[in-house]
Amino acid sequence: MARIDGTSAFLARGLRTLALAVIVLFFLFPILWIVLMSFQTNEQILRIPPSLLFDPTIVNYRALISGKLVTAAGQLDLPFMRNLGNSVLLSSVSVLLSLVLGVPAAYAFARFRFRLGENIAFTLLSFRFAPPLLVLLPLSLYFQDLGLANTYTGLVWVYQLICLPLILWIVRGYFEDASPDIEYAYRVDGHSWWRAFTRIAIPLAGPGIAAAGLLAFIFAWNNFVFALILASADKQPVTVGALAFVTASGIQYGQIAAAIVLSILPTLALALYAQRWLVEGLSLGAVKG
Amino acid sequence: MSADPGLAVRALSVTFGRNHLLRGIDFDVAEGETLVLFGPSGVGKTVLLRAIAGLEPAARGEVRVAGRDVSMRGPEARGIGMAFQNFALYPHMSARDNIASPLRARGVSRAEIERRVGAVADLLRIGHVLGHAPKELSNGQKQRTALARALVGEPRVLLLDDPLRNVDAKLRYEMRLEFPRLLRTAGAATLYVTQDYREAMALGDRVAILLDGRIAQTAPPETVYEHPDSVAVARLFGDPPINLLPCRPTESTGGVQVAAAGLRLTLPAAQHAIGRDCLLGLRPEAIAVHAAALPGAAPAQLNATTPLHERLVVLLRAGGEEVVASVLGEVPVPGSAVWISADPAQATLFDAGSGARIAAPAPVREAA
Repeated sequence: MARIDGTSAFLARGLRTLALAVIVLFFLFPILWIVLMSFQTNEQILRIPPSLLFDPTIVNYRALISGKLVTAAGQLDLPFMRNLGNSVLLSSVSVLLSLVLGVPAAYAFARFRFRLGENIAFTLLSFRFAPPLLVLLPLSLYFQDLGLANTYTGLVWVYQLICLPLILWIVRGYFEDASPDIEYAYRVDGHSWWRAFTRIAIPLAGPGIAAAGLLAFIFAWNNFVFALILASADKQPVTVGALAFVTASGIQYGQIAAAIVLSILPTLALALYAQRWLVEGLSLGAVKG
Repeated sequence: MSADPGLAVRALSVTFGRNHLLRGIDFDVAEGETLVLFGPSGVGKTVLLRAIAGLEPAARGEVRVAGRDVSMRGPEARGIGMAFQNFALYPHMSARDNIASPLRARGVSRAEIERRVGAVADLLRIGHVLGHAPKELSNGQKQRTALARALVGEPRVLLLDDPLRNVDAKLRYEMRLEFPRLLRTAGAATLYVTQDYREAMALGDRVAILLDGRIAQTAPPETVYEHPDSVAVARLFGDPPINLLPCRPTESTGGVQVAAAGLRLTLPAAQHAIGRDCLLGLRPEAIAVHAAALPGAAPAQLNATTPLHERLVVLLRAGGEEVVASVLGEVPVPGSAVWISADPAQATLFDAGSGARIAAPAPVREAA
């Protein structure tokens, strides 16, 4: 009896492991393939049949980092590292600005009832429904007039359309989940509302703020169309800069793969770093549920 | 020194939209006194406490702490200590830091904080868990930590929002015994919210009954129990609940005569009760159950019994009415025929229309 139970438990565990392996393979294989591609030359990539065995080369990475792309048609300047720098700058400044604006706003929407409060919150959310192309034409005209076209300031401003609603709505939920009694208790202890906000409300919503910030960073990082229209080469992020790999002499698959690997790294590092706060419980059992 | 009460509340009202939750609340709590705020759930007890603490923006009226009007001040400047029903501990701080919070807010020196936190922790017997985070504390320890935080700043006014609601029965009894000593040590004007009338009886110097947005009666707990001002107060305060038997008093020498549930009682009630529809209020302990007929006793059917603490609650049917008695000692088995009698001194007569008590020699009462 016990042996049969043991066998079936072993079988169940084996099947579960197998299922997980299939899922992981399904989702991670494209990324693995890209990593492999990034260490091959275009000729190796395009041979038929494709092979997992090859002589790894770092020529793609060298081209990206040095900024010189050598093709059959000649040498080409590649501003990839500058694009990567632009992506880091635009995404992080946008997320920081959104956090500074969005977290206090989220707190206000969560804790206070005021005239048109819900309407304002919904209007901010509705920025996420509108297709970006709908607002891009008028926006680019305004930006020309205001002198914001092709500036970091202008791009960071437009990126608020991506980051701010996300942060506002996610963080608002976390503030609403925390019992206001905890802040009230801190006020009664003799602390000002500002201290109650910074010492109690923000730490308790910490995991939510980290999650929202990370998500906003990824959305900003992946944005393509705003930067395509509103920025020229020297201000463009990697998503737009990758277009340069489609050259007159063909598509540079090796460099594209290497560029993808390099552009995944910052978000990956940030996600691993923020994970610590993401998994921490919200209320930690201070309030009797 | 002036005789300012520790806490004075005047014309305090809270209105949410069209819902007038509290309408003109007035009361005083003397320093060192414990006033129990008693009422059914949802009546606004917690809102009243929050209004006094300055946490209720919709509150109107005056709150005075030790003679000082604090109505326009924020919660941090009122000099109040408060324990919340859900404890409301700061989850990211240790128990020590939780308790130290009111002292930190006032910039008390490090050594002094250490000393006072230690003293209050000893008083509440949580000295051994000061280093723990709230999630590592048992419910009883959480509750004591929350109390310690309210007490450590030696506030003039202490607001306790049903502090024993979320702790288990054993701890509730322990704390009920401990509270009088604790509150005496604190010496603050204490407002204690509860829904448990036994807690109110045990802890209150006086009890204020909150009903329909107003304070229906303020009196020492025994007075509220024995002479409730209205049917509503009588129903609310007491477990098992009071018997309310319809009757119409008739004239009698030395008062009025009342017949209900087969009982005939002569009460020294006011003459104007004669001929009106009334309710005879009889606490379950005021009814005695007899196995044999006695002069003046009424026949009854014993339907069921259930033990409650040291007493036996007995469900009876007499003269077409359900009657609940609470007796000490043995009673016949359910289904038996028994006789009941009642002590007229413990009976209260209410007007059936208004629900107000019909006082015997009408005591002078202040108009609200």
